[in-house]
Amino acid sequence: MILLQVIVGGLLLGAIYALFSSGLTLIWGMMNFINFAHGEFVMLGMYAAFVMVLWFHAGPLAFIPVAALALVAVGLLVYFGVIRSVMRGPMLAQILSTFGLALLLRYLAFWIFSANFVSLPPTALRGTLRIGGILIDVPQLVGGTTAAALTIAMHLFLTRTRAGSQLLAVAEDRAAAMLMGIRPDRMQALAWAIAAGSAGIAGALIAITYPFSPSIGEVFGLTAFVVVTFGGFGSVPGALIAGLLIGLIQALSAFYLGPIYKDIAVYALFIAVLWVRPQGLMGKA
Amino acid sequence: MSELRVASLEVRYGDLIGIADVSLGVAEGSVVALLGSNGAGKTTTLNAIAGLVPAARGTIEWRGQPITNQPAHRVVRSGIALAPEGWRLFNQQTIEQNLSLGSTPLRSRAEAAPLFERVYELFPRLAERRKQLARTLSGGERQMLAIGRALMSAPKLLMLDEPSLGLAPAIVETLYDTLRRLRAEGLTLLLAEQSIALALAIADHGYVLQTGRTVLDGPAAELARNPEVQRIYLGLAAAQ
Repeated sequence: MILLQVIVGGLLLGAIYALFSSGLTLIWGMMNFINFAHGEFVMLGMYAAFVMVLWFHAGPLAFIPVAALALVAVGLLVYFGVIRSVMRGPMLAQILSTFGLALLLRYLAFWIFSANFVSLPPTALRGTLRIGGILIDVPQLVGGTTAAALTIAMHLFLTRTRAGSQLLAVAEDRAAAMLMGIRPDRMQALAWAIAAGSAGIAGALIAITYPFSPSIGEVFGLTAFVVVTFGGFGSVPGALIAGLLIGLIQALSAFYLGPIYKDIAVYALFIAVLWVRPQGLMGKA
Repeated sequence: MSELRVASLEVRYGDLIGIADVSLGVAEGSVVALLGSNGAGKTTTLNAIAGLVPAARGTIEWRGQPITNQPAHRVVRSGIALAPEGWRLFNQQTIEQNLSLGSTPLRSRAEAAPLFERVYELFPRLAERRKQLARTLSGGERQMLAIGRALMSAPKLLMLDEPSLGLAPAIVETLYDTLRRLRAEGLTLLLAEQSIALALAIADHGYVLQTGRTVLDGPAAELARNPEVQRIYLGLAAAQ
């Protein structure tokens, strides 16, 4: 029974990993660009929730959308302010620009919020549910299912809507998309808005349950890389499966080996997977 | 009257010259063939008109307006569509999605419905496979989709870059029947081809490119009889 509880807990956290990793994979698929500040976007989402709760006593129904919108704004600002110009520059400039941005955002957060760990006060989402003999934390349940639903929604947006189709067209062949009358820079801006917005939501969802500090973005950035590499660069369904899997592995290894081993297990498996399937689970060779 | 007028066009790829001096005109309702061997500059010329590559020198005028160095997404909105070399389909998407993407320049969605019908009627094979991914198509079907996709923007001028390339003769024949039909319906065509016989059989006028320059032009029937054309293809003509 307790094992089942561990599994459910792992999957619920994994769904949130899947949500913020989808954004990273989307931008990669779109413009072959790695955003090293993606974990910091998640961190900013957490602090957006923190600010809303502490200053405005907002509940989850308010602070989650606000975190999303705030990060959409950050994503657009970063795209138009930085990315669009460095895309024309050499590869090294592209890598260093988001790496520098990550440091800037992290230390801005240190400056404003200090390095102390903080937790949100209990929100309207609280308590535990007993389902089929296992106990599930309500905030975790809501966070995990919301994240899974949003990840699936992102996939459906890309595959079933006109805007999604235009976005994927730019991702596959930028010049051909232009021949269709599509403006690539608009689609890329849309991708950055979606990627940052979903990272913001993911951050707000994690913040309900877990304590955090400005340096946590590094952890989530690394997690997102593992998920995206695992699932295959550019694949949202791959990110969903890989996110769930990594949440599960972390939970199981923490349970069987002890909490300090959970990341070791993830990275050991990560390297093993890269060995046999370097393109990731759902990536193209 | 020429709808499209290209004058002394030069395109550079870094230090390399893509085309050096291309001039041509396409009259409304006509079919114009752009001839030349591999590397003569046909693709570069079409890509420059479509706005995919910038012009270093020269002008492109379309219905009296300069469109030189306009971005491709704007050129297609002005009524010029290109079915590019190598098809450049969106392989991860379905035929229907590819056609729908082609209709992006339309002002309203309602305009797309009759265009879908027309394309499916021109190419029944596409109608049968509308939910299939583009990457599952055969070469002939891919060319149909590339042309159908270009038609979805309701162009006034359709540019085709080597539509016969890599296709079986029987399929090429069907394809050219379709082009004749489009021509009969009043569409203006600018057709790049390596195959002189194919292109001149359908064209009103032809231009011959050699190493990035228009070296010869005339009515299609005249060019078809002109031994100089054959010589240019075989590389026998002296460089101009």
